[in-house]
Amino acid sequence: MPLYHTEDQAMLADTARGFMADEGNIAKQLRHFRDINCKDGFGHALWKQFAEMGFTGILVGEADGGLGMGNVEAGIVLEEIGRNLTPSPFLTSSVMAATALAAASDDLKGRYLPGLLAGDSVFAVAIDEGPKHRPERIATRAERSGNGFKLSGSKAFVVQGGSADMLVVAARTAGADDDQDGVTLFAVPKDAAGLSMDVVRLVDSSQGAHVKLDAVQLDADAVIGEVDGGRAVLNRVLNAGRVGAAAESVGVAMGSFEMTTTYLKQRKQFGKLIGEFQALQHRAAHLYSELEIARATVIKAQQLLDAGSEKAELMVSVAKAKAGKAAGLAVKEGVQMHGGIGMTDEYDIGLYMKRDRALAEFMGDLYYHADKVAQLSGY
Amino acid sequence: MSDLDAFRAEIRAWLEENCPPEMREPVRDDDDVCWGGRKFKFKNEAQKLWLERCAAKGYTVPDWPKPYGGAGLDPAQAKVWREEMNRIGARPPLSSFGIWMLGPALLKFGSEEQKVHYLNQIARGEIRWCQGYSEPGSGSDLVSLQTFGEDKGDHWVVNGQKIWTSYADKADWIFCLVRTDKANKYQGISFLLFDMESPGVSTKPILLISGNSPFCETFFDNVSVPKHQIVGEVGRGWDVAKYLLGHEREMISGAGGNDRLNTIGAFAKRNGLEDPLLRAELAMFDVDALAFSAMGEKFLDEIKVGKAHPAQPNMMKYAGTELNKRRHELLMAAGGSAALEWESESSNHGGKARSWLRTKANSIEGGTSEVMLNVISKRILDLPGA
Repeated sequence: MPLYHTEDQAMLADTARGFMADEGNIAKQLRHFRDINCKDGFGHALWKQFAEMGFTGILVGEADGGLGMGNVEAGIVLEEIGRNLTPSPFLTSSVMAATALAAASDDLKGRYLPGLLAGDSVFAVAIDEGPKHRPERIATRAERSGNGFKLSGSKAFVVQGGSADMLVVAARTAGADDDQDGVTLFAVPKDAAGLSMDVVRLVDSSQGAHVKLDAVQLDADAVIGEVDGGRAVLNRVLNAGRVGAAAESVGVAMGSFEMTTTYLKQRKQFGKLIGEFQALQHRAAHLYSELEIARATVIKAQQLLDAGSEKAELMVSVAKAKAGKAAGLAVKEGVQMHGGIGMTDEYDIGLYMKRDRALAEFMGDLYYHADKVAQLSGY
Repeated sequence: MSDLDAFRAEIRAWLEENCPPEMREPVRDDDDVCWGGRKFKFKNEAQKLWLERCAAKGYTVPDWPKPYGGAGLDPAQAKVWREEMNRIGARPPLSSFGIWMLGPALLKFGSEEQKVHYLNQIARGEIRWCQGYSEPGSGSDLVSLQTFGEDKGDHWVVNGQKIWTSYADKADWIFCLVRTDKANKYQGISFLLFDMESPGVSTKPILLISGNSPFCETFFDNVSVPKHQIVGEVGRGWDVAKYLLGHEREMISGAGGNDRLNTIGAFAKRNGLEDPLLRAELAMFDVDALAFSAMGEKFLDEIKVGKAHPAQPNMMKYAGTELNKRRHELLMAAGGSAALEWESESSNHGGKARSWLRTKANSIEGGTSEVMLNVISKRILDLPGA
């Protein structure tokens, strides 16, 4: 398959770009909800609009009322989300939780998918238990109890956890903390007894929830997929989340880069446009090169994932690492090339830097994924 | 089965039957590369057979039209061909500047007669070409070149000197930038083709830091070139030259070389990899290398259907060569003192060290990294005054 968008995908990109620029732009969404100190950090009205556009069900199968598309298409929406810094529960709900629910029973699908498709529900995925991404270690326990399970443990920095109607929780039903096997995924409703959270605001105005599970009793039908065999589904959720975050990073990078090159063509110093200085031109050109490569890597990983290729896991890690690296460079160069105004809250470039930092951490940073590339390559 | 699947099956079967086992071994050094040409000595019978079999089917230049020696494959079929070649690790049957550089320029600017004549020679590996671009006073500022062709009615008489002419001492013919009008800087250059055995042509190899001499100085002393051996119009050689440079940059970038997901970390581990910081550096490099292989694939896909920015080869050249220099720095570090060996048989006559030194030219030849960044600034980013 060629590494560019099909006609249908290009049309979706046009639609998503127009929609996000009009409705999801920084003034209307990010700044507005930040400045009113909104507890969710995003607008539910926009989430309803996402549903009207069909975006919320982009990865939900057609039989379940969704669009039945793939990670390439989800990535198209995410790139525009990134470009506009649009706060939304799309990545956690429509990409990660939807990927988990694809493996769930019809009963669970029937319970949760209609709300997602309608833009009424928000989901979160609770995997990590510390400040760094470490999904190999799952210490949260699920003991058999009555007709179901009792969950105990804690999850850290769960993105959108505080606004979620349901959390997909990875818990251990067998084995030791670092075992591959023995993991089970659960759909935990927000009002489950014993579930509590402490929601903290992060640098990019998003929220992360510290989730406590204190003997949370769930029926057996809350299990997503197989008991003890959740790792395979979890890996699918991680891959979708990682390549999705990489696509959003590319969008953040592109937004920041476009803003910066525009500035280079407007700002005058020493009687010249600063874009005439070769010191800045070469840095901008190097950045362009890095961004092109990151974008190619992301579409390659998306295609491999959608095709079910055995190389997908490796390329997803390459994509998350490379996109994070390129976007990190884009926002740092963006602030530096804007000079003093780049440090002000009034200018948007600093918001890109903040969002990039949060995305870099989400689902594993450059170091985590470079290490994974080494491991998958046998060293 | 789709047409493309059927085509894949056909290619797979053909390769299985026709690609000799020796030609499925990795290329170790320049000795293993089949360059073709009048002076070329085949390393073994398999190399000769592989070239002949491919040339007979048009597979040395699979995407060139059939009348010019190609197989006439469309972009999707050409991709299948590359994938199937990679799958069995087949060596390219023929490598040459004719295929990578002159061929594309002739396809765009050549007359029908020139295409039929020269492209078929290239496709069959009969003539090996070299490139006469740089001069002692004209490196990055190539358009200042001084080699002059004096108009003598039905021919030009060429005098001057070229430098960094790759394999000039091994090539049969040269494609050469010659000034035919001293008053006109950009529109006073013509793109000429001539035989390196023409009276008045001489070459002198340049010894490099690698101890090898892949480049020559090339001297022209009253060389007579018939007028029909011009590509494009008189004085419009710069257009041809720039177009060809795009292909040269694409070639040097290494795009489309080999998309098998080999990492240098895995390679380094064979010698033991005990230093965690080196392992980390290798991992960071492999992220960039695997990412660039995706870029190479995307670039080739886009260029075939006209989706790539026309100046994109400059980006590919910049990124690919800087990456290759880093690769060889790390291979030297991973190899330790053993990588310093310069002469021994076991080190393949200092293969690692010589390759490492050779890569330093990657970001100079065909346009320096700094020139590439200038071009990206101007033509892609549209920055002012660039």
